[in-house]
Amino acid sequence: MAQEEGARTAGPERRLSARDLNRFNERVLPYLDAANNLARYLLRDTHEAEDAVQDSFLRAIRHFDGFRGVDARAWLLAIVRNICFTRLRDRHGRGKNVEFDEELHTAEDAAPGPEVELARRAATESLREGLDTLAVEFREALVLRELEGLSYKEIAQVCDVPIGTVMSRLARGRKLLLRALQPPVSGEDG
Amino acid sequence: MRCDEVRDHLSAFQDDELDPVRSQEIEQHLVTCPDCADALSGMKALGERLRGEAPYYRASDSLRVRVSRAAWSDASRGRATRWRVMGAARGWIGAAAAALVVVSGAVVLSSMQRGAMLSATEGEVVSSHIRSLMANHLTDVASTDQHTVKPWFNGRLDFSPPVTDLSASGYPLIGGRLDYLGGRPVAALVYQRRKHWINVFTWPDGRAANAEAPARTQQGYNVIHETRGGSTYWIVSDLNSKELSAFARLLAASAEPVP
Repeated sequence: MAQEEGARTAGPERRLSARDLNRFNERVLPYLDAANNLARYLLRDTHEAEDAVQDSFLRAIRHFDGFRGVDARAWLLAIVRNICFTRLRDRHGRGKNVEFDEELHTAEDAAPGPEVELARRAATESLREGLDTLAVEFREALVLRELEGLSYKEIAQVCDVPIGTVMSRLARGRKLLLRALQPPVSGEDG
Repeated sequence: MRCDEVRDHLSAFQDDELDPVRSQEIEQHLVTCPDCADALSGMKALGERLRGEAPYYRASDSLRVRVSRAAWSDASRGRATRWRVMGAARGWIGAAAAALVVVSGAVVLSSMQRGAMLSATEGEVVSSHIRSLMANHLTDVASTDQHTVKPWFNGRLDFSPPVTDLSASGYPLIGGRLDYLGGRPVAALVYQRRKHWINVFTWPDGRAANAEAPARTQQGYNVIHETRGGSTYWIVSDLNSKELSAFARLLAASAEPVP
């Protein structure tokens, strides 16, 4: 993987023609927000996500003349996730992995019960924290499905896995997230 | 179908990604099994919560500029190379064109050249706009007072650009800047709409008749070009095209009448 990337970046200097630039602007640039959102969820760091998105667009520009498909969004997001996963692996390599922690439970224990507004804010906060505690593959599938509205086929294309894998990751991701969001003490009395 | 089998497939069922046979089996099961029906509604509620409450991280303006600039500079470098190769041929094309002008008056040809010049200028205008944001060099004279900005251009340009503050309409003047477009110095006036900057490039163009074009999109920026009262105006911003068009109309309405 890393080798392949090295070869790609060292490839011949390709430049966009004026027509390609217009095509790129019309077809790929509109998905900048989607690219940033995915990178931000995968990397969980604003600056690193922006760097990854910029790298992704540089790569997309370089390989745009090779893009013959119809689904520019899936094509771009596949580049984004590959760059993000490379960064995540580098992070592991440097031993700087952000560990999955029990912050979620701590936060819930500390949340005061009777204050409705606080509880609501804690609920939104716990949703984000719940997502953050999921393994990155589950988080990715959920973001692509729920926030981007991609079909299983498109998700399979982005993640380069069979559709069956998409199906099981979403099923498992949802189950885990529901469990993480469950209040420690059940009961809906107000 | 057993409950545990159904549970395994609820997620894909909810996404409408199951084959019709299995989908129907699950539907039938749900009618008779309140527990599985509860599990489904819990999953649906989770989806709604994610779509409604999970943050959606849009790209920042600075990232937008970085990415647009990368695409643009990539393309313009490519163009420079091709133009150099064409250089020799262009001399002959020029001579041939001159001959044609003499013979036929060449109305068509000059309008073609004009079209090519316009699109080249459009690219330059967007680059200038991006540069002004990148280089932290939005204004040479920062003032919301049109009576400060207008005299500033005296002696710096061989024309006097019309300067009007549009604060009352929600587009405050921020200042002015000297820029360089199409091989000549031009006036750049900077306006603001909420968080968006608007660059208005203007210079005299005596040859052109009054004309206005609808907003066009170039690299994610909206660009409006119009000519009136012997001046040409290029208006560029990341503001949406509707508000930018409204701004262009305000600007036109506020300009001094042609003497």
